[in-house]
Amino acid sequence: MNESLSYIFINACLVNNFVLAYFLGICPFIGVSGNIGTASRMGGAVMFVMLVSSICAYGIHLMLEAINAPFLQLISFIVVIASTVQLVEMIIKKFSPALFRALGIFLPLITTNCAILGLALFQTAKGYNFIESLVYALGAGAGFTIALVIMAGIREDLDIADTPKVVRGTAIILMVAGILSLTFMGFAGLGG
Amino acid sequence: MDTNTFIKGLWKDNPVFVQVLGMCPTLAVTNSATNAMAMGLATAFVLIMSSTLVSLLRNFIPKQVRIATFILIIATFVTVAEYLIQAISIDIHKALGAFIALIVVNCVILGRAEAFASKNSVGKSILDAAGMGVGFTFALLCLGAVREILGSGTFFEYQVFGHGYEPWVLMILPGGGFFTLGAWLLLFNYMKERKAAKMQEISA
Amino acid sequence: MNQPELEQMTAAPNSWHMIRALAGIGLMCALLIVSTYELTFDIIKQNKAEVLERAIFKVLPGAESKAIFIVKDGQVEKLIGDGNGETRYYAGFDANDDLVGVALEAGGQGFQDVIHILLGFNPEKQIIIGMQVLESKETPGLGDKIEKDPAFQKNFEALDVALSDDGSSLKNEIVFKKNGTKSNPWELDGITGATISSKAIAAILQASASQNMPVLYKNREKFKQQ
Repeated sequence: MNESLSYIFINACLVNNFVLAYFLGICPFIGVSGNIGTASRMGGAVMFVMLVSSICAYGIHLMLEAINAPFLQLISFIVVIASTVQLVEMIIKKFSPALFRALGIFLPLITTNCAILGLALFQTAKGYNFIESLVYALGAGAGFTIALVIMAGIREDLDIADTPKVVRGTAIILMVAGILSLTFMGFAGLGG
Repeated sequence: MDTNTFIKGLWKDNPVFVQVLGMCPTLAVTNSATNAMAMGLATAFVLIMSSTLVSLLRNFIPKQVRIATFILIIATFVTVAEYLIQAISIDIHKALGAFIALIVVNCVILGRAEAFASKNSVGKSILDAAGMGVGFTFALLCLGAVREILGSGTFFEYQVFGHGYEPWVLMILPGGGFFTLGAWLLLFNYMKERKAAKMQEISA
Repeated sequence: MNQPELEQMTAAPNSWHMIRALAGIGLMCALLIVSTYELTFDIIKQNKAEVLERAIFKVLPGAESKAIFIVKDGQVEKLIGDGNGETRYYAGFDANDDLVGVALEAGGQGFQDVIHILLGFNPEKQIIIGMQVLESKETPGLGDKIEKDPAFQKNFEALDVALSDDGSSLKNEIVFKKNGTKSNPWELDGITGATISSKAIAAILQASASQNMPVLYKNREKFKQQ
């Protein structure tokens, strides 16, 4: 099936937003959406890890196809992605301390994030080729960042609002996320 | 004491409602009670099996590589669970989709392996894992039941309301998942607050 | 193992212990996975075949048995063995072993995500006789009516896909019409509230029919061999 690259991007970013439609990466979505600065840096780090793991997943998939061992998919995805990200983390630390300070602390946090593994699984299930996989990863990362930054913006205002004591904490974040998710449904049909 | 190991996962330390862990599957596959049940049982299976194995091997695994081996063990059992579900029912497998594979990154499982199974005897680890698994399934069912009853007017595919009922489609959409979990947490917060207030009254 | 011994072991691990643990557990995991895979392989294969068969018999009303064909070098032939992922044509036969029609998979962009459907063609009469949604993520309650709405399913009792005189393309394109305005047999009567989803189905039908109908019609005799 031929899907245009722009469609893949819009689909992953807005229509089927990883956080708000697929519920992937909820933990960082709730944990690291305290302020806009942290949220956007986290988003950048996720996008980066997604690109790396998308390339890994594509390679693994080709290899497993070649040796006809589909049952090793999950186990090799998680092991290879986790170790590659760790390797990249070390390389960044060595060659670009500034970048490491900006993204580094988030890297170990997101390696085992479900959005990363989800991306690898979805791109394989959809049968994307190399370029399509990269665009899909970029879109998913951008979508994650958008959701995270919007959430952080709302939470910054929520903090100074006078909310009842019972709703404070995770409960109100989930309610806001629900409304955001409904809003994002308005994007449906955009790419078609 | 042993019953306590089991019971605490059900209520006091419920992985979803109290610890707020493993949110992705909690929200994603609870659009019907059947899916919630299947997901809960699959997670409980992986949880119990991996806890058992981790506990059995706890003296054999050096500290430095423990996380890697835990992940390896969990991924193995998830793969096993995925094939078993496919053998039992293709329809359930289709409904849960990629979220079966995503059990691997459910923090509840790695959390129990690290915090409990790697330090306790096999028997206790199984009890703890079973408690957490049942607690997780229970929480998923709470969400799935509310979403299915309101969103489709059915419960385990049996009609609850008459045919005149207009379902709240919103509840089975992604947004409904957030709202339902938010509402359950609200309820839990409210109960906790009331209990705390009562305690204060008594002590005063 | 008693406590001091254990402490000693965890306090001073050497690479040998680590390699031993990783390799041992890796081996055990591999064994577990492979044995489950082997054990469940046949059951899963059978389950999948059953699900597909159920869908095929739904889009080919009256069919009771099936045969799988592929196109190789422009020639239709019966599939032997598992094949290599070629496009499959599922021919369905009724109780008297007469050809009911040919089913094939099609897919395209829907409102939310890709929609996969199974289509039943009658190559003799040049009509579509059935449509089943295999996979879709259309909005529950609105877009998913393409799966359940009986009025929409009525479109697929006999949707005209007649070929033009030279047999290389459709005489009339399958077009989408707003609910209740269908006037020709090649038009698709849409669903109110699910316009985009029903339009998507019309587009998938058009693409699949214009591509496959010429092949099906030309080879209509070949599909009759069971």
